Amino acid sequence: MHLYLIPLVFALIGLAFYTVLGGADFGAGFWQLTAGKGRRAEAVREHAHAAMAPVWEANHVWLIFVLTVVWTAYPTAFGSIASTLSIPLFIAAVGIIFRGVAYALRAGAAGPRELSVIDTIFSISSVLTPFALGTAVGGIASGRVPVGNAAGGQFSSWLNPTSILIGVFAVASAAYLAAVFLCADATKLNDRSLEEQFRRRALGAGVVAGAVALAGLGVIASDADRIFDRLTAGAGLPGLVVSLLAGVLTLALVWRRHYEPARYSAAVAVAAIIAGWALAQSPVFLPGLTIRAAAAPRSSLIAIIVSVLGGAVILFPSLALLFRLVLSGRLADSGKGLELRPRSRLVRASQRGFLARAAIAFLIAGIGLLTVAEAAWAHALGVFSLLGFVALGFPAALPPEVVPHTHEPSAKTGELH
Amino acid sequence: MTTQQHYLLQARQMQALSFSVHIPLVCFGIAFPTLLLFVEWLYLRTGDPLYRTLARRWTNVMVALFAAGVVTGTILSFEMGLLWPAFTATFGSVFGLGFAVEGFSFFLEAIFLGIYVYGWNRLSPRLHFASGIPMALAGFTGSLMVISVNGWMNHPSGFRLSHGKAVDVHPFQALFENSYFWHELIHMYLAGYIVTGFLLAGAYAVLRLRGRWSRYEQTALAIPLTVAALASPVQGLVGDWSGREVARYQPTKLAALEGLPQTTTGAPIHVLGWYSSGGVEYGIRIPKLLSLLAYHRFDARVRGLDAVPPRDRPPVNIVRFAFQTMVGIGTLLALLGLVYLAVRIRRRRLPRSTWFYRAVALAGPLSVVALISGWVTTEVGRQPWVVYHVMRTSQAVTGAGGIPVGYGTLVLVYALLVAAVAWILWRLARRPLDLEPAAPAAETD
Repeated sequence: MHLYLIPLVFALIGLAFYTVLGGADFGAGFWQLTAGKGRRAEAVREHAHAAMAPVWEANHVWLIFVLTVVWTAYPTAFGSIASTLSIPLFIAAVGIIFRGVAYALRAGAAGPRELSVIDTIFSISSVLTPFALGTAVGGIASGRVPVGNAAGGQFSSWLNPTSILIGVFAVASAAYLAAVFLCADATKLNDRSLEEQFRRRALGAGVVAGAVALAGLGVIASDADRIFDRLTAGAGLPGLVVSLLAGVLTLALVWRRHYEPARYSAAVAVAAIIAGWALAQSPVFLPGLTIRAAAAPRSSLIAIIVSVLGGAVILFPSLALLFRLVLSGRLADSGKGLELRPRSRLVRASQRGFLARAAIAFLIAGIGLLTVAEAAWAHALGVFSLLGFVALGFPAALPPEVVPHTHEPSAKTGELH
Repeated sequence: MTTQQHYLLQARQMQALSFSVHIPLVCFGIAFPTLLLFVEWLYLRTGDPLYRTLARRWTNVMVALFAAGVVTGTILSFEMGLLWPAFTATFGSVFGLGFAVEGFSFFLEAIFLGIYVYGWNRLSPRLHFASGIPMALAGFTGSLMVISVNGWMNHPSGFRLSHGKAVDVHPFQALFENSYFWHELIHMYLAGYIVTGFLLAGAYAVLRLRGRWSRYEQTALAIPLTVAALASPVQGLVGDWSGREVARYQPTKLAALEGLPQTTTGAPIHVLGWYSSGGVEYGIRIPKLLSLLAYHRFDARVRGLDAVPPRDRPPVNIVRFAFQTMVGIGTLLALLGLVYLAVRIRRRRLPRSTWFYRAVALAGPLSVVALISGWVTTEVGRQPWVVYHVMRTSQAVTGAGGIPVGYGTLVLVYALLVAAVAWILWRLARRPLDLEPAAPAAETD
């Protein structure tokens, strides 16, 4: 594979993750929005929230990942896309703010009425954001983003048949993904009625998403013939076929209540259509701009590839940890408990005296090295000395009200009341 | 890419608004996990449920602030393209790497926040404590990466410009071998602890003023206040170092900070006052101090604004006013910190004066003002350049219309966001204090 393609593959992988995971989050918001009223609606909303709350932030970072990789590796294309498609991207951004506010508000809300208001108002974003991002993708796919600073139509680039179609499809598939995931989560909770509710939603949304996709092929045929030809007869065809098959398979799995494999086949359906789009559009990034011409200088490409690979080594185990915890309800531990090691009063007091003196020594050294001395190495040492002053001074300066010098927990709790 | 944009100023204000909402939240990203882990460590060490209660309540606050931080941070990355596409298109290959690596920090923060929050009662105490550590580290590496980009914008290197395109690009050197970046990083890192420390302490100082003063409130006040009290005098020293770095690399910015019209030997400093083309009027003049501070010599030559043509100068009064605000507030905060430390050393307890707690309550919001003023100082002081002496902000801006509409929308949305966050924090503060927290299910949201 050419060097200039590798960051794009990374970005597309990120986009697939964002569409699946971020999509599931927006889909959950969609079900919160449409839950209606009453106790069953409350249960639906609560489940949709609780399943996503621990993971939504991580799911959204995929979008930032995509943006940063594209602007580092394909800066010209990024500048052209962002400026021409500024309106849908801004709408998506506002939607993302609303989504975050909903989660933030949920952390403090108490009553079901408050929750219902919050979910209804802020879940609007769950429709707005995938729709807007879908229209932006449609603008790129239908070749409506020329190279240049806001060189394309500010409205026609995203208010066109292909864009609207992909926008609607994004909303429907997000709802579908979320319903499938939430079915699986409901089974984990052994909540049959909740499972049944989301199963019906999954089946309904799946049929709608499939219908939009099929109808959409006709729209794309008339509106964006290059991508249509290459999607239905050229390089993109395998992606389209795999996506359709995986979509139908997911429906069948949900029908037969095999939710766990359905999670993955749904994800495959999304990833395949993104791959199909990319293959169909390649080697053109934007009209008149090939991927090769859009790519940054070699050194930047190498830097980003190395950084992403290095980051992935940390990222994927961490993600696995998070999802394992959330999906299984707990993480296995070595089993060794933490023994409490209270120190005697004398040891702690002498330690504090030592800490305070060391902190003051660091402060004096820091002033000398950073403020008086001129050399760069002295400044570096000075900074470390000053940080050392704060770090050592902190335990030394904590007042005795905070860290009592006794180690009987029972003796301290009485003062609280 | 040359374009006409009538709303450059609005675009800059929109960017400034987005930063001003996000940066206080960044401070919590830098400092809150560490403070929280310290409290949890105290709990593990002593078994005292008070620390556990405090840690769990702070966790709820952190969840709300992180949610706001995540989305406002996302907006900033959108705006790199929405407002400054020509900047990103030309130099994305040079600076973009910093944000890409920052993206991974962001990932780790978000992932381990999820684990930490969800993991109370689901993980062993040891594992739960450990799950907070990557969060604290990522807060540092994230700010390191973002500031490496800002350092590069102020002191660009690692590329050549050829026909409007960046060639000969060395991204790692551009970002991390940049002598300008360290003082910015340390200054911001300390600011994170100062803002978080004073804001948290301020909340409990308000409770103290209202008569709630059990050991719980004392603990919750003293831990962040101790950090802030130590960090704020140190910030003065780091700020002085930053000043010398600015003098060396951005003499025009320094001249704007101090309102120095002509290149002068033995340059004075003016406190307060107003800059007009001839110099600072109505200010308190301290002779030769600028030369001394900037170059450690009373008769050192300091470059004035006249060293560059007027079109290459930043708006002096904005920069100068912001700078004086930052330094003024910073000095007051450092004094407050020293008072606290003095009482601690001499009386071995927390201060008892009501005035002290009034000052602490005020110090929180003031520290945010100082923080934003500091960023205004450096960012407006860099003008008219987005990449110092390489690309003008007017060359970077989008050619798309509708900036006033976007700006107005963002003002409304952020007003809503700030109101929402304030409401949640108020609600969380009003939750009754419960030494043994209730069922785990209630804690997952």
